Amino acid sequence: MKNEKLNQAYNEYVEARIPKTKPFPSLFNAFWVGGLICLLGQGINDLIIYLFPMMSEQSAWAWTLVALIGIASFLTAVGVYDKIGKFAGGGSIVPITGFSNSITSPALEFKHEGVIYGTCVKMFSIAGPVIVTGIVSSVVVGIVYYIIGLI
Amino acid sequence: MEYLWVFLIGGLVCAIGQILIITTKITSARILVLFVLVGVLLQAFNLFNPISEFAGAGINVPIIGFGASLAKGAMSAVESRGLLGAFTGGLEATSAGIAAAVIFAFIFSLIFKSKTK
Repeated sequence: MKNEKLNQAYNEYVEARIPKTKPFPSLFNAFWVGGLICLLGQGINDLIIYLFPMMSEQSAWAWTLVALIGIASFLTAVGVYDKIGKFAGGGSIVPITGFSNSITSPALEFKHEGVIYGTCVKMFSIAGPVIVTGIVSSVVVGIVYYIIGLI
Repeated sequence: MEYLWVFLIGGLVCAIGQILIITTKITSARILVLFVLVGVLLQAFNLFNPISEFAGAGINVPIIGFGASLAKGAMSAVESRGLLGAFTGGLEATSAGIAAAVIFAFIFSLIFKSKTK
């Protein structure tokens, strides 16, 4: 009984302390920052295709993503991406740059715990689940596709 | 492919993510997982390419595109090398992105000091 009351009081306290994200401005910021990151990607992709017309569409996209990932990783390392993230929320998480940020950020933060147990282990604390989901679901899709092909 | 569509679709996808954050207090790891799954499903039902044709980077840059290339890789590898492709295709198609994210994170974490308090 007493615990429940305590929990409730604690939850109310947490609720009051959580930084309030105002729905409208944060939605708008997520929209235009996310859109802008995608525009940047399209610009890089078009530039690559313009410079290397022989390159396959797939390779051009791969280069585009590598470039975006590199930029985001650098911006994370110098502390700029976190500021964008505070401002744009989902706009900075959902693009591939957010994936890059989710790897660089803990790698840097836990550096002081050593290269192996800090950087290398913590690197995947957010990206790990993403990669596991990706591998599991793509293997399932591949197997189903194979079975459908047999029929 | 219009730049306007890239901006609008990309922005819309990110706004959907933001709506999830506001309404459910979802963590960023869960958002990334969710959007990767959406991408895998879109590709599995052949819905990704039609969107990609007019949205371009607007759908390829969000992590949905990462999920779609995982599934696309698995499916095309199954076509070329049979069942083994289901295991090799996904990672093959996304290896550049994953390797880039890891190598940049590793190098920059050696060079820079943490800014987050």
